[in-house]
Amino acid sequence: MIRFLLPAIMFLCLAGFLFVGLYKDPSLVPSPLIGKPIPTFAIATLKDPSKTITDKDLQGEIALINVWATWCPACKQEHDTLVHLSQQVGIPIYGLNYKETDKPGAIQWLQDYGDPYVFNLSDENGRIAIDFGVYGAPETFLIDAKGIIRYKHVGIMTPQIWQSQFVPIINQLENKVAQ
Amino acid sequence: MNTVKTIFILVLLASNAINADLITVAPEYEVRYQNILEELRCLVCQNQTLADSPSDFATDIRVEIKEMLEQGATDKEILKFMSDRYGDFVLYKPPVRPRTLLLWFGPFLLLFGGVIIALTMIRKRAVAESFKELDENEKQRLKDLLKSEEDQEDKN
Repeated sequence: MIRFLLPAIMFLCLAGFLFVGLYKDPSLVPSPLIGKPIPTFAIATLKDPSKTITDKDLQGEIALINVWATWCPACKQEHDTLVHLSQQVGIPIYGLNYKETDKPGAIQWLQDYGDPYVFNLSDENGRIAIDFGVYGAPETFLIDAKGIIRYKHVGIMTPQIWQSQFVPIINQLENKVAQ
Repeated sequence: MNTVKTIFILVLLASNAINADLITVAPEYEVRYQNILEELRCLVCQNQTLADSPSDFATDIRVEIKEMLEQGATDKEILKFMSDRYGDFVLYKPPVRPRTLLLWFGPFLLLFGGVIIALTMIRKRAVAESFKELDENEKQRLKDLLKSEEDQEDKN
């Protein structure tokens, strides 16, 4: 009996693992930065190169940090959702303008499609992005009032992802504060 | 045919040259630099090392690693810098942790299980074999052996 049962069980185990693997996206790498504070930095903004922003300026409220650039077509796709989130939901969104190839174009983009950002960090050489563990665009981080990274979404932000991934964590954070 | 081959090889070589040309490291760091890049996975082209990957991302990281080397960082510090930001996934040789125990020792477990299964099967077979009836030749040999033994005893 065991002669047939054992191989069958082993086969089912292997098949189970492979089956689950089929539905996992290998390009999504879990970030080790969840639960850690945002990296320290001091950098100019996109619109005003004379103004310096540090990591402290991003603290105080639950907020989003969105990694984008004009060379990134997927960023254009999610832009309407970001505008909606900033205007209707009212969550502050800080932009991380990642390795921008066309700065005037980026400013123009915000004029044309709406500007959901409180301000944009102008990360020309991508150094700050490396400290954030960014490996593509778009990426969106959720940070709490103390500047601790609570969640990271790789890829396009959609209303569905906002509802299913971000809202529960935000509710949790707000409950904690209320208690 | 040969021209096609030559062109193909040239294209391959050229693509390598593009990667190699981007960053030059001081000769004293060259070996360490290459070794570190071979140990790190590119997150954009995930089955390539940072040494091989042509992606912009890999280039940025190569610049970063080059500068860290020049500032005197140890290999360990650089690998930690990377895994702090991108997780153990970037390390081709992940550290031994509770989470990675199965990864590290699972194959030995399988080997051990296989050896046990093989041993029991061999033993079973050996036992089964020992109970097999003798064929005609063997019966004859047994008879001869017994006979020669009797002869020996008679002589003594």
